[in-house]
Amino acid sequence: MIEERFDAIVVGAGMAGNAAALTMAKRGMKVLQLERGEYPGSKNVQGAILYADMLEKLIPEFREEAPLERHVIEQRFWMMDDRSHVGMHYRSDEFNEERPNRYTIIRAQFDKWFSSKVREAGATLLCETTVTELVRDERERIVGVRTDRRDGEIHADVVVLAEGVNGLLGTRAGLRARPRPDNVALAVKEMHFLPRETIEARFNLKGDEGVVIEAAGTISRGMTGMGFIYANKECISLGIGCLVADFQRTGQTPYGLLDQFKSHPSVAPLVAGTEVKEYSAHLIPEGGYKSIPQLYGEGWVVVGDAAQLNNAIHREGSNLAMTSGRIAAEAIGLVKSRGEPMSAANLSIYKKMLDDSFVIKDLKKYKDLPPLMHTQSQNFFLTYPQLISKAMQNFVRVDGTPKAEKEKATLKSFVKARSWAGLFGDACRFARAWR
Amino acid sequence: MNVESPVRVEDKLYYNRYLVDIGHPHVKVRAHTTPSPQLLALLKACPARCYELNDNGQVEITVDGCIECGTCRVIAEPTGDIEWSHPRGGYGVQFKFG
Ligand SMILES: Cc1cc2nc3c(=O)[nH]c(=O)nc-3n(C[C@H](O)[C@H](O)[C@H](O)COP(=O)(O)OP(=O)(O)OC[C@H]3O[C@@H](n4cnc5c(N)ncnc54)[C@H](O)[C@@H]3O)c2cc1C
Ligand code: SF4
Repeated sequence: MIEERFDAIVVGAGMAGNAAALTMAKRGMKVLQLERGEYPGSKNVQGAILYADMLEKLIPEFREEAPLERHVIEQRFWMMDDRSHVGMHYRSDEFNEERPNRYTIIRAQFDKWFSSKVREAGATLLCETTVTELVRDERERIVGVRTDRRDGEIHADVVVLAEGVNGLLGTRAGLRARPRPDNVALAVKEMHFLPRETIEARFNLKGDEGVVIEAAGTISRGMTGMGFIYANKECISLGIGCLVADFQRTGQTPYGLLDQFKSHPSVAPLVAGTEVKEYSAHLIPEGGYKSIPQLYGEGWVVVGDAAQLNNAIHREGSNLAMTSGRIAAEAIGLVKSRGEPMSAANLSIYKKMLDDSFVIKDLKKYKDLPPLMHTQSQNFFLTYPQLISKAMQNFVRVDGTPKAEKEKATLKSFVKARSWAGLFGDACRFARAWR
Repeated sequence: MNVESPVRVEDKLYYNRYLVDIGHPHVKVRAHTTPSPQLLALLKACPARCYELNDNGQVEITVDGCIECGTCRVIAEPTGDIEWSHPRGGYGVQFKFG
């Protein structure tokens, strides 16, 4: 047993855990961080887009040091059917700014760097250490953790659970429910390597400019899900994710979807001739506001994906993780500075602070969207993309049919597929959930 | 449409780096005679194709290629069909990029 006593133990060295450990260490607290991977990031998977603002709040000078890939100057949204896509581009030279707003990153490399900053701030990190259990005292308060190392049990005033979406500890201890198939998505992803110049030519980029593509439609075969393609310096991150419940229901295979997405005529030219160097998979919390569990208790708080703090609509997760980690650490710091115990009553300030932040405000805004997308997945991910694609083709193909007739045909195809009431209902439901 | 995928997952797993904890599988399938629907779903849902049917029609797991996503846990732990833990510290998949 490690005899030392810590102010805080942080489980996990992902985005949330690093933010929490860094914030507490900077305040002079004695922090122990435990990570099961060989190095921080070795178990983590992300798209990945990094949002600068949330990291800047933790490490203002990060742009000079962090392993960043490209700053994003263009975003594409694709609505796909089997042979085409209808797209929207937003590209702006304003994103070529002094302090860019979004970057692509490679998680394993980024996490290693982030973790080095945490250790510089004074936290102790133990890798290759899986926490197996939370330790309680006779009054049922969490007072430490047990690990798979020989020196077993370690004690602290508070445990920060930053164990990610598949966190076992919190669920085993009955602090929150296990993620359900209908509130987590499974994403599979590959890393495709290419010479830098080829990437820049294919995506119309110069220097460190970057592009991200988000894609939805028949690529998910009627399941709730999305594909993504992000340009890095010398590789392309390509992946697709769908709700686990949908995989379970349909019997589709994740790798089958991925390969079909890769061979789509709109995607294949972007990854032609690449060398694949990794195949990964990870869950993403998709339940939104309604699936957020109890966030604090006697001697513990939970942050990041473990608390389902993930905005699936905007594909934001790491920034919510970093922010919740920082806010939890600030709350713990406040309790400590008052010399008070880490009781549930005192730690409730974490939830108050989080409620006031963009994290909960954003999730609340979209609280009705996840169930809507799920129950209407056939319409949103199969019927509409096909209809829109048909309509678009009808619009651009010149074949001697009078335009009025074309428009009539397009409208008819929508009404035939969804009926007037269906179309109206979908629009209302969507608008209401979005509001 | 439910196309049987011609994709060889084994080839994909070959890109990855693993430190296999020989003799300590972190996921176990409960002994059964007829597999539950949840167990059968894992044959398709596992992105590393760790689950297979044996000659007696039972579901078996080989964890060596597991990418630790947790999908099988979410589907089949509630029914008691599988037991899921993280690999011991340092073992399992080691992503270089993630
Ligand atoms: C394919 C994909 C694409 C994504 N794209 C984006 C994106 O573009 N932008 C964005 O902002 N977000 C994105 N996300 C979401 C983002 O990755 C997560 O929200 C974020 O990583 C959550 O951080 P976290 O620290 O809570 O969890 P994680 O990053 O998962 O970290 C958890 C850590 O805890 C460790 N751990 C767990 N249990 C134990 C234990 N018992 N003992 C010791 N260590 C343990 C793990 O090894 C891991 O290092 C994406 C996610 C996926 C899967
Ligand atoms: S954790 Fe994921 S990769 Fe591993 S066996 Fe389960 S489903 Fe397959």
